[in-house]
Amino acid sequence: MTTAQTVAIVGASESTDLGRIPGVSSLELHADSALNALADAGLTAADIDGIAAVGEWAVHVGHYLGILPRYVDGTDVGGASFMFHVRHASAAIRAGYADAVLVVHGQSGRSGIGETYSRTAPFSIRGQFERPFGVVNAAPMYALGLRRYMATYGLTPEQLASVPVAQRQWASRTTRALRREPLTVEDVLSSPYIAEPLHKPECCLVTDGGGAVVVMSYERASALGLDARAVCVLGTGEAVEAPTAAAMADPTSPATFRIAGGSAFAEAELTPADIDHVMIYDAFAHLPLYGLEELGFVPRGEAGQFIADGNTAPGGRLPLNTNGGGLSYTHTGRYGMFAILESVRQVRGEAEAQVPGVEISLAHGVGGQFTSSGTLILGRSEAAAKAGRDQ
Amino acid sequence: MTETQPKETPRPTPQTQPFWDGAAAGRLDLPYCQACSQYFWYPRLACPQCGSRDVTWRTTSGTGSVWSYVTMHRAAPGFEADVPYVVALIELSEGPRLLSNVVGSADGSVSLGADVTVEFERRADMSIPVFRVTDSEPS
Repeated sequence: MTTAQTVAIVGASESTDLGRIPGVSSLELHADSALNALADAGLTAADIDGIAAVGEWAVHVGHYLGILPRYVDGTDVGGASFMFHVRHASAAIRAGYADAVLVVHGQSGRSGIGETYSRTAPFSIRGQFERPFGVVNAAPMYALGLRRYMATYGLTPEQLASVPVAQRQWASRTTRALRREPLTVEDVLSSPYIAEPLHKPECCLVTDGGGAVVVMSYERASALGLDARAVCVLGTGEAVEAPTAAAMADPTSPATFRIAGGSAFAEAELTPADIDHVMIYDAFAHLPLYGLEELGFVPRGEAGQFIADGNTAPGGRLPLNTNGGGLSYTHTGRYGMFAILESVRQVRGEAEAQVPGVEISLAHGVGGQFTSSGTLILGRSEAAAKAGRDQ
Repeated sequence: MTETQPKETPRPTPQTQPFWDGAAAGRLDLPYCQACSQYFWYPRLACPQCGSRDVTWRTTSGTGSVWSYVTMHRAAPGFEADVPYVVALIELSEGPRLLSNVVGSADGSVSLGADVTVEFERRADMSIPVFRVTDSEPS
């Protein structure tokens, strides 16, 4: 493979507050997150010439911040959008279309301040063939294949419940996590169902917040003296499938996970055995199971026991969703940015629930209702050099 | 008392009107590709398998089986009286999988693989295809 210019995340931050933020609109959550990420990098808006956003038009976010971009990305594939944005920004930077791209998320998912909701049109595919059947949120569509998966692979309710339990152990070590109190399998199983077989703790939180990253070439980062905390983008992947989970080729085994993950591993020239830390977008408890299996970390049907055995919990051999995830940390609606940010913190060695010696982290995003997947493999510059990708 | 909203009603496009016309007449009609002799779902201008525009509507048997399902314990607007209700992916005898409800289960449980038959629920000026289990002991 030809040597491509290495691209890195040089600034990364969440919004100042997280959780319930009744005084801040969606647009201001974007701006607050962007300003924090710029400050994290020691940069200003004047250093940015590319912008990517989804909850608000990139035009609005860019102008709000005083950026006149020469590269714009408004790709909206739900919660995985930011994995796509980082991927596209990497390509744009390599192509010379931009020098420094700001990827921004903000969402008043809980308080609904200044949110412009795009209501599903009654004449759309989902409006005609999904919503009339009492399906007005993501839970039933994500869970549509879950019972069949459980029957096919023998996944037990106890194993499924071990997903929020393991992640709560990480959240209990994380000050900014919304839910930190201890959680047991019995607690989960005695909780009310939302969309059976999913209990309430197996469904994501609903919060306000945001986050942003600044992407530029590693060469430029080095020249600006930003290389010490730079996190290299080693591999990326993206894929989309169907407008409704009902139209997926197999709702128990999302093809987009394999396509996006496969692209990222191929680009990085790495395998799952090389990954020290994993973030898998957990809108619902079974998503990390699908992710571990489809991305190649464990054989299909074995992820439930793998998590129940403690392999992904603190002290386990494959730390997963170490901020607590969408189930316990935060979930604004498009959570993917938070998965990226925790991967960045872990690679930098700056996470609150830090895993020792994380060289390479994988962040896998999901969007829509298994509509989209985006994968980023992130690593220290040393790891990038090891992979033969450095200048 | 909380205010109650009606169940959502689909709004056909010219492309999907034949499906809803069929439902109003008590038929489950699906798009059928005459080039590769297969049904497909959802309605499209061309066959997603072979790309042919030689697509027509054909009446199906209205039978199938439960491929997977979710039991809803939180009601969508209009479904308050139905909780717990079943949202299911029905594998039709003709092949395609269709999202619908399985009605007639008081506790919101059905068996994977249970045989089901379509029936039609009047809603506003539309007929909505839902399914009911036809065998008590699924094979």
